[in-house]
Amino acid sequence: MTELFDILMQASFWAAVLRIASPLIFATMGELICERAGVLNLGIEGIMVIGAFTGWIAVYAGLGLWPGVGVALLAGMAFGALHATLTVPFGLSQHVVGLGITLLATATASFAYRLALPEVTSPPRIEPFAPLHIPGLSDLPWLGEALFSQTALTWAGFGLAGMVAFVLYRTPLGLALRAAGENPQAVAAQGLSVTGLRMGAVIAGSGLMAVGGAFLTMSAFSSFFFEMVNGRGWICIALVVFGAWRPGKALLGALLFAGFDALQIRMQQTPLGQVVPYQVFLMVPYLLSILALILMSRRAEIPAALMTPFNRGER
Amino acid sequence: MRLEPIAAPSLARRLGLPALALAATVLVASALAMLAGADPLATLGLILQGAVGSKFAALETLNRATPLIFTGLAVAVAFRAKLWNIGAEAQLYAGALLTVVVGTQAGLPGPLALPLMAGAAVLAGALVLLGPVLLKTRMGVDEVVTTLLLNFIMALLISYLLEGPLKDPMGMGWPKSPALPRDARLPRLAEGLRLHWGFALALICAAGIWLMQTRTTLGYEIRAVGLSPQAARFAGIPVGRVLVKTALISGGLAALAGFSEVAGLKGNLTADLSPGFGYTGIIVAMLALLHPLGVVVSALFVAGIFVGADSMSRAAGVPTYIADMLLATALLFMVLALLLTRMRVVRG
Repeated sequence: MTELFDILMQASFWAAVLRIASPLIFATMGELICERAGVLNLGIEGIMVIGAFTGWIAVYAGLGLWPGVGVALLAGMAFGALHATLTVPFGLSQHVVGLGITLLATATASFAYRLALPEVTSPPRIEPFAPLHIPGLSDLPWLGEALFSQTALTWAGFGLAGMVAFVLYRTPLGLALRAAGENPQAVAAQGLSVTGLRMGAVIAGSGLMAVGGAFLTMSAFSSFFFEMVNGRGWICIALVVFGAWRPGKALLGALLFAGFDALQIRMQQTPLGQVVPYQVFLMVPYLLSILALILMSRRAEIPAALMTPFNRGER
Repeated sequence: MRLEPIAAPSLARRLGLPALALAATVLVASALAMLAGADPLATLGLILQGAVGSKFAALETLNRATPLIFTGLAVAVAFRAKLWNIGAEAQLYAGALLTVVVGTQAGLPGPLALPLMAGAAVLAGALVLLGPVLLKTRMGVDEVVTTLLLNFIMALLISYLLEGPLKDPMGMGWPKSPALPRDARLPRLAEGLRLHWGFALALICAAGIWLMQTRTTLGYEIRAVGLSPQAARFAGIPVGRVLVKTALISGGLAALAGFSEVAGLKGNLTADLSPGFGYTGIIVAMLALLHPLGVVVSALFVAGIFVGADSMSRAAGVPTYIADMLLATALLFMVLALLLTRMRVVRG
């Protein structure tokens, strides 16, 4: 127990929580937008990989960091457009298309990596985002390191969550988007395009997933590895369910989840880590995700028209 | 635009569109080869030659197809019931694990060894999928995410076992299991032929699943549940129980891929036993339109692309990942083509 208390007292622990949560926040918000509009996006895992790759390679090729994030965003939107075209107007199985997009995006990143860097054995490093110094706050003892030593991209993630909540609940666009996921017939009866709303949501959401992936190579680490996304996309799908499809709760879920993840890494260094094999600690995030799904399974907030294609020809 | 069902699609439409999807995939492949600075026709030729150009190449393709037939069948059986088993990778490793654990037991009677290993493997794979399916039928937990997450959990479990209790003491420190004794290895189909009985077992399973789907009540029930769970329930079909049975079959089939790879090809368990056979099984099943006999053909096709791309990559310098891109493209083109055989796009 004293070890746990010691960990919680470390400023670096809380800094790690915010860092680990950041890519999850971007991708979870992206998935949430898609699902609120009625489309399950299983392309998330692959889109995060393509975001991690394109952002990193763009900076390696000489682009600035923010333009690199833009490249990742656009790459994600491109795969999102493919996903949206197949699942929305054509109404194809969202499971099959989503998995297909994940396979295609992952393969594209691997293929492009080998094309761009045929000879290298270890990926080159880029100069990643540096922690943003906030005058006053960053200089506070303990708190400065714990809460105010993050990169601009992390702050953008928190801003994004607020923006998603605002758009979804305070604007006509958000209302239309939510209605497209609950009752598309009613949206069509208002003269709005369900197809347009859903495609827009999937394309925008996919862009955010890619930025989540880009966080890994451009802020958390400084190179690209094939396995680096490592199931984070699937975890984000669980976080959307855990957050009951609400941005605020999903944000809290991502932070809670990151807290457990940061904790398990540090627990490996304690006497407990001498007894328990490290693989058990690494299982914690995946087990927690399953647990979150089970806990939330009885709740009925799921968008009513999720995974139901809308075809104006049908009644 | 909107979609309108076609009452009686013509034969030309039903054959032409899938053919067009394959042609489009070949076009994408050519474009990728050109992107890599290689001659597209030569690249495609090298892939074909690498896949079936010699006896060695063809046997390599058959060997690579064997686990894909099992995982393709596992996915096809489950998807038919709209049970989204994306966890064939975990079930494969569960099967491989039990194969090694049972196979390396001392004093196992020779002729009983292989059946016992296969049985234990099937049981393990079935149990790995049973959890997510019970969560689905009892509590409404979506099985896509749970089966996906189990892949990662299983990989960590295997990693732990290979570094700990299952580690081969003679393995020079490598994380691998002890090797199976001779009696616990699947024999080759013919003397001097580099192809083992796992391939035959895969063909038998495909035929068995086909018979089950076309000739038994369970096959009918699985199809009914897949078409509409509500209608099936209304017709008096016990939907939950059908899904559980489907899961046991699906998980067992995926586990046989692990059994066949360990007992037929590798002889021991390592963490890199499967280069994603479980995930590739999804492509195999979808390209086969979920038909069990089609799975055999599509597994051979997919295996040929992988084996061919490996050998082409050495010769032409196009990254071997072209195979993964090709197959993902083929999958997306194919599902679109199949939709358009049934539906027509109309304006307005």
